[in-house]
Amino acid sequence: MELNSLTIHQLQEMLAKGEVSSVEITESVLTRIDQVESKVGAYITLDRDNALAQAAEADKQQAFTAARPLAGIPLALKDVVCTEGLRTTSGSKILESFIPPYDATLVTKLKEAGAIILGKLSMDEFAMGSANENCAFGVPHNPWALDHVCGGSSGGSAAAVAADECIASIGSDTGGSIRLPASHCGVVGVKPTYGRVSRYGLIAYASSLDQLGPLTKDVRDAALMLKTISGYDRLDSTSLNLPVPDYVAALDQGVRGMKVGIPKEYFEEGLAPEVEAAVRNTISILEKAGAEIIEVSLPHTSYGVAAYYVIAPAEASSNLARYDGVRFGHRTKDPETLVEMYKKSKSEGFGEEVKRRIMIGTYVLSAGYYDAYYKKALQVRTLIVNDFKAAFAKCDIMVSPVSPSPAWRIGEKDDDPLSVYLSDILTISANLSGVPGLSLPCGFSNEGLPIGLQIQAAHFGEEKLFQAASCLEQELGLAGRKPTAI
Amino acid sequence: MKISIDEVEYVANLARLELNEVEAAAMAGQLAQILSYVDKLNELDTSKVEPTTHAISITNAFRDDELRDSLDQEKALANSPRQNGEAFVVPRVI
Repeated sequence: MELNSLTIHQLQEMLAKGEVSSVEITESVLTRIDQVESKVGAYITLDRDNALAQAAEADKQQAFTAARPLAGIPLALKDVVCTEGLRTTSGSKILESFIPPYDATLVTKLKEAGAIILGKLSMDEFAMGSANENCAFGVPHNPWALDHVCGGSSGGSAAAVAADECIASIGSDTGGSIRLPASHCGVVGVKPTYGRVSRYGLIAYASSLDQLGPLTKDVRDAALMLKTISGYDRLDSTSLNLPVPDYVAALDQGVRGMKVGIPKEYFEEGLAPEVEAAVRNTISILEKAGAEIIEVSLPHTSYGVAAYYVIAPAEASSNLARYDGVRFGHRTKDPETLVEMYKKSKSEGFGEEVKRRIMIGTYVLSAGYYDAYYKKALQVRTLIVNDFKAAFAKCDIMVSPVSPSPAWRIGEKDDDPLSVYLSDILTISANLSGVPGLSLPCGFSNEGLPIGLQIQAAHFGEEKLFQAASCLEQELGLAGRKPTAI
Repeated sequence: MKISIDEVEYVANLARLELNEVEAAAMAGQLAQILSYVDKLNELDTSKVEPTTHAISITNAFRDDELRDSLDQEKALANSPRQNGEAFVVPRVI
């Protein structure tokens, strides 16, 4: 068994007993990267020498206690969080040479916890995408079937964990960007409640929806990671000043008496039969384990994608106005006027999907259209929020698929942006309503592609996600399954 | 729904983007397709519904007005494509 194939908690025990060193673990992961990265393409920037130096420092300190579960463990980050002195591109040519002068709060927390930062992972440009096909530095390949997408936008974060190119990773989720790639690559992914994790230093896409979270090899690792990165931050005025529970304590509690809601609209149309079968199987497992299964309704589900593709581009068109070539990022060669500089710098630096979303966002916010599109979408958002409130009045968690189908082939949907948008239909409402969601591997398609189960809870109900996910993980016995394509 | 090339160019100017002819034509078609889909929202009567801007809203995230360190000038300027050690340099405005 290679060290790179193990989990955080397995390696933590070995480190605490002195059976391995952080340098040995880090070298094992770097060797694995050398072996498979040319096939997977999960990384944008690898910080090899610095990672080894951090590992040597961790070995010198020998502070490998259970209270510091990430100490000496090599992790990797979606290239959307700022890392001081380490290039951060957000998957865009416009930030190709951007070196942040500070660490995101999440990065500071991981470093304080003793984690080793290996490098920065592939993503859709500015986190805009559902398949990680929109990255300026190449498309990562699904470790389970290399001609298939990883899911997006945190595709590199999911692929690197699945391929053992890091022990765990961080992603961001604006409309499903942690849960979709976790589902397609067969790893665990958590989108926490809006406000649970500080976004200071996260490169913004749609600020009322963005949230950071972990992608891991099992549920216990996700609980350990989330505990480390959660909590109030005075530098993020949307972070909530609430105590952070011990998520690990929620594991192994069983689900007896838990009320599990099945949102009927999530099973209505367009679901691949093998996805539905895998998810129905988890429902019967929960029932056998003592949970009470009830049908619930989220009647406005089919409006989620339409509301999202007004709200998110509107916020993006404002957030991305900062890439004007003045303070950081690409500037066009020898501009004569300021406006020419803005226009040419943006147009040369942004990719097609980013331009498309800026255009949609600018259109819906422009004079004469604001009420018809933007305000209307915000009103529909209220209806979706109310759906979730009503559903969670009746149940503790809701279970459903993450994605209506397994991963598609790379390039298959290139000419049809709308069909890609529609693949977010089961994940998008969690962002609009702010609730937490977890993706858990729950089966495989006939082609051998992973299928993910989505578990959602009410605001700040992450413990219930972990409680149900740990029960299912034990019963399903899929943790530790490794991709065969690499 | 149809979006004209003129409308695409108007919006692109607002967004400070420059699209060539081929890009503008493709964008017109794609915007029309996406906005037609968005029109689905009009199936719902929202005349009595308040808008939601944040799912969990915090009002007035105040903090004490304390002096704290911030980025120094050198670091703040370090990523600029053009700077003179004191300020960001841009083409002449006036």
